[in-house]
Amino acid sequence: MTLFWLITVLFVGGLLAWLAERWQAAAPRWVALAALALAAGLAILLLSGADAMTAWPASPAGGAWLSELEWPWIPRFGISFHLALDGISLLLIALTVFLGFMAVACSWTEITQRSGFFHFNLLWTLAGVLGVFLAMDLFLFFFFWEVMLIPMYFLISIWGHEKRAYAAMKFFLFTQISGLLMLLSILALAFIHRQSTGVYTFDYFTLLGSRLDPGTADWLMLGFLAAFLVKLPSVPFHTWLPDAHTQAPTGGSVILAGILLKTGAYGLIRFVVPLFPDAAHRFTPVAMTLGVLSILYGAKLAFAQSDLKRLIAYSSVSHMGFVLLGVFAWNALALQGAVMTMLAHGVSSAALFMVAGALQERLHTREMGRLGGLWPKIPRIAVVALFFFIATLGMPGLGNFIGEFLVLLGAFKVSVAMTSLAALGLIAAPIYALIAIQRTFYGSARATRPIADFGVREMAMMAFMIAAMVWMGIYPQSMLEVASPAVEKLNRTAAVGAMLP
Amino acid sequence: MTADALIALLPIMVVAGAAIVVMLAIAVRRNYRLTVILTLLGLVTALATLPLAAERAPLAATELMRIDRYALFFIGLVLATGVAVTLLCYDYFAKREEQKEEIYILLLTTLLGGAVLAASSHFASFFLGLETLSVSLFAMIAYPIKERLPLEAGIKYMTLSGAASAFLLFGMALIYAEVGVLSFAELGRLSATADFQPSVLIGIVMIIVGLGFKLSLVPFHLWTPDVYQGAPAPVTALLSTVSKSAIFALLLRYFVVSGSYSYESLSAVLTFIAVASILVGNLLALLQDNVKRILAYSSIAHLGYVVVALITGRVLGSAFAVEAVAFYLVAYVVSTLGAFGVVAVLSVGGDEAETLAAYQGLFWRNPGLASIFTASLLSLAGIPLTVGFVGKFYVFSSGVNADLWLLVWTVVIGSGVGLYYYLRIVLAMMKSADGVATAAVPAAPAPLVGCLTLTVLVALLLWLGVYPGAFMEMLQSLSKTLS
Repeated sequence: MTLFWLITVLFVGGLLAWLAERWQAAAPRWVALAALALAAGLAILLLSGADAMTAWPASPAGGAWLSELEWPWIPRFGISFHLALDGISLLLIALTVFLGFMAVACSWTEITQRSGFFHFNLLWTLAGVLGVFLAMDLFLFFFFWEVMLIPMYFLISIWGHEKRAYAAMKFFLFTQISGLLMLLSILALAFIHRQSTGVYTFDYFTLLGSRLDPGTADWLMLGFLAAFLVKLPSVPFHTWLPDAHTQAPTGGSVILAGILLKTGAYGLIRFVVPLFPDAAHRFTPVAMTLGVLSILYGAKLAFAQSDLKRLIAYSSVSHMGFVLLGVFAWNALALQGAVMTMLAHGVSSAALFMVAGALQERLHTREMGRLGGLWPKIPRIAVVALFFFIATLGMPGLGNFIGEFLVLLGAFKVSVAMTSLAALGLIAAPIYALIAIQRTFYGSARATRPIADFGVREMAMMAFMIAAMVWMGIYPQSMLEVASPAVEKLNRTAAVGAMLP
Repeated sequence: MTADALIALLPIMVVAGAAIVVMLAIAVRRNYRLTVILTLLGLVTALATLPLAAERAPLAATELMRIDRYALFFIGLVLATGVAVTLLCYDYFAKREEQKEEIYILLLTTLLGGAVLAASSHFASFFLGLETLSVSLFAMIAYPIKERLPLEAGIKYMTLSGAASAFLLFGMALIYAEVGVLSFAELGRLSATADFQPSVLIGIVMIIVGLGFKLSLVPFHLWTPDVYQGAPAPVTALLSTVSKSAIFALLLRYFVVSGSYSYESLSAVLTFIAVASILVGNLLALLQDNVKRILAYSSIAHLGYVVVALITGRVLGSAFAVEAVAFYLVAYVVSTLGAFGVVAVLSVGGDEAETLAAYQGLFWRNPGLASIFTASLLSLAGIPLTVGFVGKFYVFSSGVNADLWLLVWTVVIGSGVGLYYYLRIVLAMMKSADGVATAAVPAAPAPLVGCLTLTVLVALLLWLGVYPGAFMEMLQSLSKTLS
């Protein structure tokens, strides 16, 4: 039941936030915070239970699952409201709720119009994401997958910047069409299962063992891949991302970069590899190539940008390439690295977007050519920006380094060539990160009037983000342990399915 | 005729009676509100007799009509749509100058035609029902007779409809000349035993041509945008829902009962029609700036999706096709009523609210109506949480299950393109209203009756989208009764 309430709290909170606007203009913010606090409470409840259960050796269900819930929903097609939680989901849920707080907090002064509807959309996106991380019925998964899109579309198209209509439309078309391809694969998988067993079902655990002939498996996997690679995004499906990120309001960018991209990675880990281990294994060279391409090409494009938000957006493409590489390296080490990268990138990119949003709120521009020399004027923003750019370039002791290092370590066992190329990303990242710092904060000042530095609210937010980042870097074991049983189990299923040694 | 048969036909007879009562009431005393109340009363009574009829089903009431649960379901759909359209008409026509009571007689006869079509099992009742429906619609479309566009639309629809009827009759005649029977069941029985290939096939194709006109399937769709645009908004709602769903119900019954699925070449014809409708409808909708025309082209595409479900019946058996078609039609009817309902409610002040500019900033001027419109459009686009998604799910399921990948890909492409123009309307509603739209739409308070109707429709749209299980099971048991 905890899982059900976790999602419902946000849905109901969203509705209340919308209604609360009539009562008082500031009320939606507090309602949103209250809903997130409730969700956080539930997540902590799950987390505390998690410690008890990881010690639990081999339960009948395989031991990796911490909590489960199953209600019949559409019995006609064997669809059920089936939620389950393992370590990976738990970490991602914690990230989602954490960044949810940040998104509300960083919109505190930025969103002045229609704040009720804004927070409604914000909370519904988060609820959809939580659903995605928990759904264990493929129909339900698709349902949540789409539910998170529409509010996000509204966030961009109503509160976005100058080219918002174009960006919102592009975001929606890319994700929706690729989502339809996934729906086709889901349906085909369910029908093939029905043909062989005579039972309609969309249940993940039942479908896991489906026997597919190789040709079919390839096609079905491609359907899933389409949705996840677009969402991740991987080169060459990344073109929606810079537009959407750049045009979204800060709160929207935080969610988009911090959480929504992770749903694509999560989908790869949870569905593509376990459902089609054989096909995924055949696809490995392509996937690894795409991962390396994303790392290098994303970094190159980030370097070439003059718009600060676009630069951060392309750096996301580059970082998510590591996740793709890690997922398809087929060992527990790399998979752990992928999960760590997801968490660390979630925090670091969200923080960078908050910095960029703060600059835009104050200076009304994101063009680095019109920034510059800001360090003496706004030292606190500058220091925070420097910290997170350094985190993003992979400084040891901070979260991103752990994730990327583990991925490279894992991938090295599989392909030395790919790993060496991917490692070049670690050289490219400092280049674009330092360029960004240089052009924004150093040099001669262009703005002459005084600019407000981070206030108490913003410093408090950043303190949390910095603490999270440092924690991930210094004590990653705490998170690796939570994810470990799930990772081991996924890796075993995949290896057995693909008939690896 | 037995008493049972009379009771089974009660829903249809009550509607016919209501039309006469309303006509007499108008003759005695013109009172707009009374007319509407009588109409509603008639429709509700007819709906209330459905359970009575259901107890007798399945039953062949005369040779012409077969009252089974399939027929009663579609009669119920037609009548319920009629109630919604009546309520939408109430505000829309209330302030018009012309004599406005007669529209309700025409509305009732349209519904009568639809109900007859849903139950007909014979070429004679098929044609009678279709003509009752179409002739009433000509008059309804051209009802604001002093205006240019409705008149043009009415005449256009009448001419083309006449041509379509001619095709239809010719097709029936060809089949009769070859087989010598007019009842669907007899036809099915005979064609199972003997091979009547050429002329029966030509006859069926001609019937498809005739019905294709009425269903506005490509390449017989040319009248659709003009007529949708010209007709008063509530009439457009009626035209795009009742006539489409009743005619499709008949087409499906004809296919299943008369054994037309056994003709392989028909699949090819229908596949062509479906692919063309989906592509042409969606692509041409991209080019429009008029909301009614966008919805017109989108309805062409939606009927294409239904044809996909119809085609798969050949592979999957008729039961699944019936279930999928029925669900999709309900989804389509609910969403379309919602969309045209908003147009109707916004047009109450006088001019039709049909340009995209008229919708600019609606989200901030009237959030309630804008949310309803958004929900309806998202449902038409097939986004989860709405009934349209479950409808799409059925179409995809049937296509994937039947391995008809050409059709499935067309539906995917169509849905992708469709999103673009539905979102265009949504985006227009979200733009800030600064100075642009205030002139385009008078700030008249939205009428109460219309808004309540729309609220109920949206509640239904969301309910069936989130919790479709019970309804699906009802359709599943119903689908087995048609054979």
